[in-house]
Amino acid sequence: MDLSQLDLRLIGVWFNNMLAGAGLAPGIISLINWVVGALLLLIFALTLAIALIWIERKLAARLQDRLGPNRVGPYGLLQMVADVLKLLTKEDITPLEADRVTYNLAPALAVFQVMMAMAVIPFANGVIGADVNIGVLYLMAIGSVGAMAALMAGWSSNNKYALVGGFRVVAQLLSYEIPLVMAMLIPVLVAGTMRMNGLAEAQGGWFGLGWYVWTLPTAFLIFFIAALAEGERAPFDLLEAESEIVAGFNIEYSGMKFAWFYLAFFLNSWVLAAVGATIFLGGWQGPFVAQIPALGVIYFIAKTLLLFFIQAWVRATFPRLRIDQMMSFCWKVLVPMALLLFIAVAVTLKLGLPQPVQGVALLGLNLVILLATLALVSRAQKRSVGAGKRAFAPELPRL
Amino acid sequence: MAQQALFLIMAVFTLGMALGTVTSRNIFHSALFLVGSFAGVAVIYFLLEAEFVGVAQIIIYIGAIATLIIFAIMLSRSVTGQNGSPMNRQWAFAALGAALLFAALAWLFSRVDFGSTAQPVPEDAIALIGAGLVTEYVIPFEVASILLLVALVGAILIARERHS
Amino acid sequence: MTSADYLPILILILIAAPFAGIAILLPSVLGPKNPNRMKQEAIESGMIPFADARRRFPVQYYMVAVLFIIFDIEVIFLFPWAVSLNQLKIFGLIEMGVFLGILLIGYLYVWKKGAFEWE
Repeated sequence: MDLSQLDLRLIGVWFNNMLAGAGLAPGIISLINWVVGALLLLIFALTLAIALIWIERKLAARLQDRLGPNRVGPYGLLQMVADVLKLLTKEDITPLEADRVTYNLAPALAVFQVMMAMAVIPFANGVIGADVNIGVLYLMAIGSVGAMAALMAGWSSNNKYALVGGFRVVAQLLSYEIPLVMAMLIPVLVAGTMRMNGLAEAQGGWFGLGWYVWTLPTAFLIFFIAALAEGERAPFDLLEAESEIVAGFNIEYSGMKFAWFYLAFFLNSWVLAAVGATIFLGGWQGPFVAQIPALGVIYFIAKTLLLFFIQAWVRATFPRLRIDQMMSFCWKVLVPMALLLFIAVAVTLKLGLPQPVQGVALLGLNLVILLATLALVSRAQKRSVGAGKRAFAPELPRL
Repeated sequence: MAQQALFLIMAVFTLGMALGTVTSRNIFHSALFLVGSFAGVAVIYFLLEAEFVGVAQIIIYIGAIATLIIFAIMLSRSVTGQNGSPMNRQWAFAALGAALLFAALAWLFSRVDFGSTAQPVPEDAIALIGAGLVTEYVIPFEVASILLLVALVGAILIARERHS
Repeated sequence: MTSADYLPILILILIAAPFAGIAILLPSVLGPKNPNRMKQEAIESGMIPFADARRRFPVQYYMVAVLFIIFDIEVIFLFPWAVSLNQLKIFGLIEMGVFLGILLIGYLYVWKKGAFEWE
């Protein structure tokens, strides 16, 4: 058997040939293709969410010396199915004072937004919903709709906790979007394209050393930290801080509407992991992918799950930040770091060095900027400890 | 054909949302209608094959400006459901002003030749925009950065000075 | 590019939006319905809710939104420039340096004014 035939795109070709054989016009065929593709994406998203929730619950339990779900099905695998059935048959409660339309629209918008983001994720070479030429900007645009959903939920519930949570969401999502996008900009600079598939393609060769995580580790670090904040995950989960505001913007939501926010939360985490995997970890690149294209899907999913695993690990390990720490860390550390890195990378690329030298130069640059930032922050911390201030709050300079 | 139908749907949608913005009794709803209107305009940009402008419309207007508007509302007054009629005694004048502006713009657009071309949009339009920003249109580009600087300083002055 | 590239996205909108919306309505069909006053009150950790929740907010949040707009617009300008970097001459690099330099002045001013402190 010819292994190069194991290409997911060929399923599409086969499907199209079958439809053409049935005597359909080309326009209708592409329409059917897109509808089938969209439905597949939705089914994939729902299945994935169930898997992700199971992974996270099991992992958090193990890290905290608990067992986690283990009653329903083998290893508790069917726990999520039971949960979904329960949530679906719960009573639909809307607070009396709530703004009904906005209140119901918010969870739908949250899920809609994350499903739209999945359209530009390349699962394997060419296996992508829509490889648009503005891929990275498209993700940024979709992300800004998510903040709107949280704000709508927080406002419409007419609950004080919800409103505080909603406002914190927006302050956090807006602030961390800047370093997140700047970190995504740096691979775009190197690859010279914003297409998600193009970004994955540009990281081929050099036995995996072409992945941007090797040449741009600081950019990846900034991206990952900002993604934790964008994914509303610990240590940046102060928008749902159980001990302060009970649950944040979704406090009044129950049953299926709560499930929708929950689903959006997990899928959002996965989408951020997928974006990280695509633009820093080589996406579908991996050994023998040129010979057997179908391997790309496995590599890609494995990389996304690795990043998701680290996100869950961080969540189960770190305590929550205060809002002033969260804000000053973003604006005083991540933003200048990303901006400096962007300028330095642009200048290095313009020097016109040969491929391997350029990679080494970029790596050195990244490490210098990372170490310099660490040195500055730790000096600021030492100074604040010396002045008898809080030990765990590095007093970043007020300038 | 399909494109024109889509344009018509989006135009009606955008106008409907805009109408909702000015007639809604709840100021928060007005802001949400405005978001819908922005989204409609973004889709129209996509239909015109100006995808960069379209996506910038979503990022800046929905992501940033609409949020700012909502924050400004929450900052300035307590938004408790019904806020009374958005109409005041001067609504007739406002309507007249809007109608005049519409007439003037319609007259203008009907007379100006925008130089339509049969050529397709080039493949790497984004790169052309990027190159254009620092070559042909470098002065407006740098002026834009000064404008941003002024906006930043102004916002700090207004918000901070009163605060402290 | 043609707007045909975006047709799959349009199709996805047409499928995902009803999907996200309809599932919200399902529990009102499947679930029980016995509302009462206590159940429908806002949750305030066991206290009886007082006053309307939608009250005025600190100016800090507004500042964040303003900062975000400025940097957002800046980043949007950076994207097409980043894509076209390999076609640009050294002058293009300097121009972007000037653009970022002007914004850097604003950034330092804002830092000095203490807009990044949360009180």
